[in-house]
Amino acid sequence: MKAIPSIMSTVTDLPAHHATTRKILAAAGEIILGKDAQLKQALACLLARGHLLIEDLPGVGKTTLAHVLARLLGLEFQRIQFTSDMLPADIIGVSVFERASGTFQFHPGPIFAQLILADEVNRATPKAQSALLEAMEERQVTSEGITRALPQPFFVIATQNPSHQIGTFPLPESQLDRFLMRIELGYPDKAAERALLAGVDRRTLLAGLPPLLQANQLQQLQDATSAIHASPALIEYVQALAEYTRHSSHFSNGLSPRATLGLLAAARAWALLEGRPHVLPEDVQAVLPGIVAHRLHAGGELGGLRGDALGKHLIEAVPLP
Amino acid sequence: MFKRLLNSLLKRWRRKPAVQAPALTLAQSWWLFAAASAALLPLVEHIPLWLSLTAATGMAWRAWLIWRAGRLPPRWLLFVFVVAACVAVAIQYRGLFGRNPGLALLVIFMALKLLELRSVRDGITVILLACFLLLSGFFFNQSIAAALMAGAALIVVIAALLSLQAGPLPTPRQQLQHSALLLAQALPFMLVLFVLFPRVQGPLWGLPQDAFGASSGLSESMAPGSISQVVQSDAIAFRVRFKGTPPPPQQLYWRALTLNDYDGINWRYRATPERTDLPYSAEGRSIEYEVTLEPHNQRWLFALETPGQLPPDSSFSSDQLILANTPVRTRLRYEMVSYPDFRPDAEESPRRLREALRLPDGVNPRTRAVAEGWRQQYRSDAEILQAAMTFFQQRILAYTLSPPLMRDNAVDAFLFEHKRGFCEHFASAFTFALRAAGVPARVVGGYQGGEINPVDGYFTVRQFDAHVWVEAWIQGRGWVRVDPTADSAPRRIDGGLRTAVTGEEAELPLLARENYAWLREVRYRLDAVANAWNQSVLGFGPQRQRDMLSKLGMPEPDWKQMTAWLASLCGVLLLGFTLFALRQRVRTDEVTRLWQTFLRRLARRKLDLPGWMGPDTLANHAAAQLPQHAKAIRAIAASYVALRYEHSPSTEQLAAFKAHIDRFKP
Repeated sequence: MKAIPSIMSTVTDLPAHHATTRKILAAAGEIILGKDAQLKQALACLLARGHLLIEDLPGVGKTTLAHVLARLLGLEFQRIQFTSDMLPADIIGVSVFERASGTFQFHPGPIFAQLILADEVNRATPKAQSALLEAMEERQVTSEGITRALPQPFFVIATQNPSHQIGTFPLPESQLDRFLMRIELGYPDKAAERALLAGVDRRTLLAGLPPLLQANQLQQLQDATSAIHASPALIEYVQALAEYTRHSSHFSNGLSPRATLGLLAAARAWALLEGRPHVLPEDVQAVLPGIVAHRLHAGGELGGLRGDALGKHLIEAVPLP
Repeated sequence: MFKRLLNSLLKRWRRKPAVQAPALTLAQSWWLFAAASAALLPLVEHIPLWLSLTAATGMAWRAWLIWRAGRLPPRWLLFVFVVAACVAVAIQYRGLFGRNPGLALLVIFMALKLLELRSVRDGITVILLACFLLLSGFFFNQSIAAALMAGAALIVVIAALLSLQAGPLPTPRQQLQHSALLLAQALPFMLVLFVLFPRVQGPLWGLPQDAFGASSGLSESMAPGSISQVVQSDAIAFRVRFKGTPPPPQQLYWRALTLNDYDGINWRYRATPERTDLPYSAEGRSIEYEVTLEPHNQRWLFALETPGQLPPDSSFSSDQLILANTPVRTRLRYEMVSYPDFRPDAEESPRRLREALRLPDGVNPRTRAVAEGWRQQYRSDAEILQAAMTFFQQRILAYTLSPPLMRDNAVDAFLFEHKRGFCEHFASAFTFALRAAGVPARVVGGYQGGEINPVDGYFTVRQFDAHVWVEAWIQGRGWVRVDPTADSAPRRIDGGLRTAVTGEEAELPLLARENYAWLREVRYRLDAVANAWNQSVLGFGPQRQRDMLSKLGMPEPDWKQMTAWLASLCGVLLLGFTLFALRQRVRTDEVTRLWQTFLRRLARRKLDLPGWMGPDTLANHAAAQLPQHAKAIRAIAASYVALRYEHSPSTEQLAAFKAHIDRFKP
């Protein structure tokens, strides 16, 4: 049962939750070197019950990140490698006629897991992509007229190669909006890369990783996140940001209400990761770039501004109310 | 069939509730225990000792269980207790219905309910029961002290309710303060409801069958010694407020009843025909006053001679008594006007005059002989009356509180042997003598005198002011008041009882004694307070309510108008409280204004602090650029964060924020 956040609700046991998240981040940081900020954003995204899009070149550790999170959080993990000849049934599952019983038996596809790594999602055709994206939004799949609920929690990490590569079908904007955050991993810095090269194989480390969360504990963390207090002043700030994107001539489209809801949820998660029972504008600013990067397209004099730079522009353009 | 029903009932009884109700915490249990104790304690004086002890045992058991975290007794045992208690109460009171057995059962149930207190829901039951018990205390006592005590107990009960609903506060003191604050907020509503809620006629608390069952005071018969018993009490009989200067004490003969039938020992009241209007219309000098009568469970109302009007719901008897239509069982207030110089037409039915001459045969032969001598010596009744008065003066009779016992031929014994007596001896002997002489006469009972309370100007007439005197029928003049006591003990009439009986103070009620002036002073004050309470709170009936509302500009208040006023006043109060509560909340615009002041002061130092910075970021930047003010800047930013972004900031934080900014002068 989902906790209903009310005006009276306050986060109980915040220090314990904060300690848990810190342990998770520390453990993940030992495997994925030099990417602490991205790890924190990924965790915030998950606590805010959102899906994550990682966009970067092959081989920078996108898959490892998904793996690490799944193991540390004790989630059931499935990886779906998207290819151009993929069909929705390959994701959702198929009904097969069984001779012995004379009935159709549903064979669930790889999507029936708690944490899905949708690898190279932009390699598949829009048809296959939409099967995944609908499941992300509804948290249930419909196949042959029967609706089946997906496991709880349900969290998708999709990776996408830069769309200028050959043989890709870039996700349309409407689909992108369903990812709460988009992050880039980037190349490791010098020190991290040296440690990576000198150290043990990441996959070996991964295998020895113990889960840090019990069953239900992730849910408790998520409930605690939604109980973090967002004051009227803070909500005003979120509104001011959205308002700016909607009226500024620099952007073709503004932030959708789904985006502002996501922004607030992610800011709450960030506050929890900081161990604070209330959201500050700083929390909003910390998660903002990840949330707006795949939703806004800067034009005009800002033309070509992408990713974190875009987020930074937005933050600096909107004064605190 | 029956067995199945029984089984299903048993099953239901044993079955645990499907959803476990929230269990009580330790602190909540203690609070409920305190609430039950507070509700039971004032009742101890109204219930039998065994009941108090039983309840105390149950309470102590529960306290021990809370303390040792022990297991509650099983349900069947409690069931046995309930049955046993009901039987015991039924035996004690010979039944289970009525005020006293009902209260006894509630007391038992309260103690037993504590023993099955498991969940918050049970706790609510205890609270409701406690409230009911608190109210039931008013069946017995409605004094200010009782009200204050109930109020104090209510604070404890509400504190317990708060601990159930909002969770216990850290200290009992805070809990009680919280509760008292809530109740204080209810006070204005209480006042509005008190004034405007439509009143019904009759007692608020009295139960018909046993209200004021035993009242002291005058009774319908008088035997030697009965009045001297009445005067042992200093209880208040009635209070009077005169409009204008009170008449002198010699005129304060409060007539109540006549005693006509004499059997040799007792004088008895005999009912006479009644009418609902006065047979005369009085004129002359008038005395206006208002009487507040304590309930005496009799019909007669007190008035000075000669009453010029009848109070509502009363009638006038042919022996000039004012009788209420029903016995006075609640405090009664009525307006009266008397015409002291007016005498109604001197006519009396022959039958009544015959009755006023009737005497038993063979008693008091010596007095009879003397009286028959007057009859032969004098021609007119007036002369005989004069002779009788002279005779009584010459006997030199002593007025005393402790006359010797006179049983047979009491009048003879009083007049010729002991020569000592109290007012009933005087009146009885005088009436006997007049009747023996052929003059129609009757004994009149009532109160004489009274005492003015200098604190509030009320005239208080107490039981020890009870008095009897004589009325004689004189042709052409009507019934004439004669007080034989006045001749022997004139100070009784002028100065009250305490001046009349010197050397016998020890036998007088405390308040009637002369030499405890300071005590009387204290009593005057307490009495004035109690009277104010009686007049304005307990005596606030439909009539008073109408008077008050018409003074407030509602000339003809009906219940619709009153309800409308009630609702609108409560609405206004509610609005007021809401506005007050809203003002108590931190005003965000003020927070922003102060923050802007802070930012302006920083801007004067030409710092690079863009508007998009969050308060923490901004504080860090500013502190880095102004290291000497770093501490103040961080403190201000922390207060600002608390006020603007935290959950329910307090007004104290705002004050601290303001103080920080006032002090911040970079």
